[in-house]
Amino acid sequence: MKFSESWLRKWVNPEVTTEKLLEQLTMAGLEVDSIEPAAPPFEKVVVAEVISVEPHPDADRLRVTQVDAGEESALTIVTNVADIAVGEKVAVAKVGCVLPDGMKIKKAKLRGVPSFGMFCSMGTLGLLEESEALERLPVDAPVGSSIREYMGLDDQIIEVDLTPNRGDCLSLSGVAREVGVINNTAVKTVEFKPVAVTSERIFSVKVEAPAGCPRYLGRVIEGINSSAATPLWMQERLRRAGLRSLGPLVDVTNYVMLELGQPMHAFDLAQLSGSITVRSAKEGEQLTLLDGKALELTEETLLIADEKGPLALAGIMGGESSGIAEDTTDLFLECAFFAPLTIAGKARSYGLHTDASHRYERGVDPQLQQQAMERATQLLIDIVGGEAGPVQEVCDDTTLPLQETITLRAERLQRMLGLSLEVDWVTQTLQGLGLKVEAITEGWRATAPSWRFDLAIEADLIEEIGRIYGYDQLPSTHPELSAEIRSNPEAITPLSLIRQTLVDQGYHEVITYSFVDPKLQQVMDPEHEALALANPISSDLSVMRTSLWPGLLQSLEFNSKRQQSQVRLFETGLRFIPGTEGLQQQRVISGLIYGDIQPEQWGASSRTVDFFDMKGDVEQLLQQCSEVEFIAAEHPVLHPGKSAQIRTGEELLGWMGALHPAVAAKLSLPKNIILFELDLALQQQRTIPQFSALSKFPMIRRDLAILLSDQIPAQSVLNTVKQSVDEQLLRDVRLFDLYQGEHLKAGEKSLAFGIFLQHDARTLTDEEIEAVVQSVIEQLDMQHGAKLRV
Amino acid sequence: MTTELNTLVSEAEAAITQATELTALDQVRVAVLGKKGALTAILKTLGSMEPEARKETGAAVNRAKQALLQKIEEKKAALEGAALNEQLSKETIDVTLPGRSSHQGSIHPVTRTLERIEELFRRVGFDIAEGPEVEDDYHNFEALNIPAHHPARAMHDTFYFPDGRVLRTHTSPVQVRVMEAKEPPLRVIAPGRVYRCDSDLTHTPMFHQVEGLIVDESVSFADLKGLIHDFLRSFFEQDDLQLRFRPSYFPFTEPSAEVDIECVMCGGEGCRVCSHTGWLEVLGCGMVHPEVFRHAEVDTEKYTGLAFGLGVERLAMLRYGINDLRLFFENDLRFLKSFA
Repeated sequence: MKFSESWLRKWVNPEVTTEKLLEQLTMAGLEVDSIEPAAPPFEKVVVAEVISVEPHPDADRLRVTQVDAGEESALTIVTNVADIAVGEKVAVAKVGCVLPDGMKIKKAKLRGVPSFGMFCSMGTLGLLEESEALERLPVDAPVGSSIREYMGLDDQIIEVDLTPNRGDCLSLSGVAREVGVINNTAVKTVEFKPVAVTSERIFSVKVEAPAGCPRYLGRVIEGINSSAATPLWMQERLRRAGLRSLGPLVDVTNYVMLELGQPMHAFDLAQLSGSITVRSAKEGEQLTLLDGKALELTEETLLIADEKGPLALAGIMGGESSGIAEDTTDLFLECAFFAPLTIAGKARSYGLHTDASHRYERGVDPQLQQQAMERATQLLIDIVGGEAGPVQEVCDDTTLPLQETITLRAERLQRMLGLSLEVDWVTQTLQGLGLKVEAITEGWRATAPSWRFDLAIEADLIEEIGRIYGYDQLPSTHPELSAEIRSNPEAITPLSLIRQTLVDQGYHEVITYSFVDPKLQQVMDPEHEALALANPISSDLSVMRTSLWPGLLQSLEFNSKRQQSQVRLFETGLRFIPGTEGLQQQRVISGLIYGDIQPEQWGASSRTVDFFDMKGDVEQLLQQCSEVEFIAAEHPVLHPGKSAQIRTGEELLGWMGALHPAVAAKLSLPKNIILFELDLALQQQRTIPQFSALSKFPMIRRDLAILLSDQIPAQSVLNTVKQSVDEQLLRDVRLFDLYQGEHLKAGEKSLAFGIFLQHDARTLTDEEIEAVVQSVIEQLDMQHGAKLRV
Repeated sequence: MTTELNTLVSEAEAAITQATELTALDQVRVAVLGKKGALTAILKTLGSMEPEARKETGAAVNRAKQALLQKIEEKKAALEGAALNEQLSKETIDVTLPGRSSHQGSIHPVTRTLERIEELFRRVGFDIAEGPEVEDDYHNFEALNIPAHHPARAMHDTFYFPDGRVLRTHTSPVQVRVMEAKEPPLRVIAPGRVYRCDSDLTHTPMFHQVEGLIVDESVSFADLKGLIHDFLRSFFEQDDLQLRFRPSYFPFTEPSAEVDIECVMCGGEGCRVCSHTGWLEVLGCGMVHPEVFRHAEVDTEKYTGLAFGLGVERLAMLRYGINDLRLFFENDLRFLKSFA
């Protein structure tokens, strides 16, 4: 809502500065979005009257004029305004004036004739973007007076950002009411005399959809002069409210909308046939709007129609064929109350948003139509003349909104705001806001005025009281805190600790969009059909990720284009997996490493990261989980020989591996990218440590080196070792060497590991140790065909 | 005899002084004090002496022996010290060379901010709650008193799925889910990702919010003011941070307020960041609307509630001086490393 300060002050003029006024509006919930001067700075532009016009002796397109600019002698001004005529009044920039575009007016010779000024259009003065022609000023404009003073240009344009509940402030009268109650200052009302009805002519109105249109007023005004011009004062108020002047008929309806908050529409009576019917559209009906847009209507749309068909989208926009035109002589003026719910969402569903729909959606005062109709009629007759017919009103009391009676309890008011207020002050404030108030034992019983349709429940009144009292004046306290201690499960690893573990391993946390490019998504997870957005912001952000890998890969790509040679990233967040049991929104943690193992440095040589670098990091993450296993398994986007499923007991924790070279090539990514993704909820489950007594007896180490087929995973060898030793004795098994190569047969490898044995109660004897080692050797031979390496 | 001894001692002393290595020193010791040494030889002659002379000579030889031993020890210590010094000097390294290092990772500034916020609220008994990001219309809108066609929906720029579900436009639906799942009193915050179909210099289609909720028997707007005051002053670690509560509108709270803080960039003088107003809007809040309680089946007579929602990126930008929202989701390592 945009308006000029001077217009507002015509309604209500508290003794506060502009700055204070703006602060008051903001602090009352009418947030001031911007403030700008009504005109750029310029001086020495005055009202002047043309007293003579002569052709230029040496230039066909120029005229030499004499103008009276209120000085002792007339000024000579050479102009290219071809149709300038004697007696016209115009704005003239005198010598010494600097125009908003920086142009300096000097005494100058134009094709040999001296000129002492320039005619200024509103565009030249920076009031409009551009002017089609030089505007002539009203004949009663006082010659010689400053144009700033005459047009009241030393004014501010205020724009307030209104919340959707304050439709009542989408008008000057509404904003004025607010300013009035804040300052406890009386608000003036528009004074005008209803125009006498001088014509009998009516055009009948039927309302078939009273729920959508509880009240409809129509009036014929005939014999208007459509060539009349909108008065300058009205044009200026409209301009300062951000509206262009479009001729007096449109201007008056817009003016009344701004002044009172009531949208109106003027039809060209000559284009209407039969009668006006307010009804729901029939599916598929056609209507071309004023802006030329052709619509196919849907059934829920409320229409203004005549016998021939749709004329206008009720409360949104008029139609092209029935709109007023330059040759319009008779008008049918519409002033209605349409129900907010009927209009809400409709404009948007047709891709429209108009000043009318904006107001109707938020609610228009249902008692305002009579006044607005009279106000518009009076303004029209003043400007374009004509004879007004009687107002016809169709009103359905049963569908017209009722003002609720609201009980406000003093106890509740105090409990919600945290302070006790004086009864009289509350009463006066509610009255100031236009409510009818009655004192009752519990507090107050109040009825909202018709324009405050947003006031319906007790909380609404509490908010009003708080708002007018001033949020900044309300007390500030600390909420009471109960000292109850709630348990904090130790068996769940805090997410912050998990993140820190990765950060300590050199990973940088990233946050990538939850929606990704469907092409990338398809490559990275061919097994799932990702959930697609109906209205994505762009095609490359249109499906919900089923893994965090696409985002990590894109981050890698972004960074490797920026010369980053060591990339370690992780992210936590949801992946969205559609399935027969519905969408699974699973919290996961994923990581990526690529490039050098260490930063370049003098004291250590570098190499490229591999599977085991990441495996170490993942093991670190899973340190506290129980029964974690890495199992060689194939994954659609991982290198078939470098990919592992990670399980905890029966459950799948996640995957890790090297990105499949073919996938990397398809995505134009470098080789040797290692990835992991783990189910966060599973990973966060940790075992609570249980202490067992430390043995006082020596620990024995026995090393074994074995030869076996290179097809046998190390893990199963280690498992066999563990299973073959009494778990009371076995303290650790440590794999310390792997050898494959020239000294061995093809398909053979050598593993070496240390077995650590200890007894809780005594020193182990050589015989016992020998027995354990023998049993391990036998089991390894039996289960894996492993031989001792000699 | 005395002359012989004196000569022996002075020769030995000279040899000790001249010794430059431990082996040379040891040779002197052996030659003089060893089993076959010169001094030992004199001692061997004592037996054949007269008692008087034996006593005298014995004492003289012992004095000479002690003196020489001490000389040798001193010289030995000096030589060992010199050897150690030489060795240490050889082992000297350039301590100014950079230390051996591995990578240093970092926490994303949004997470860092979220963790600080969570920590502040945890201290006063708030639990952390989570909710789905693909949310149904009921929890995202309806239960929050935003029925279909409510003008407030237009402010949300919602991402929809074909089945009518949405990407949550705020963390407020978690309020509803918490109230559905638990009985008051409640004290939770719900941090998380939210989505709006909007992308320009100051909007990204995904961002983070933290929702807060207290439901208890006597929570008031005054409590809300106090809580927000404390939080913002603690977050910015600025005890005199000025803030103002402006009446506003959210369908799910009433009374509702937006909170502005004095611009932390210019101290309220007016700058580009605060659009020359001196104020920065940082969060929205209010008292839980009775309609929201009704949907969640909370007794509106028994309980009152306060709620707030804040934009995490906004706070992170102000706290860390980040001047471009889009940096958060580009994941440029150079940016991330500045939060290591």
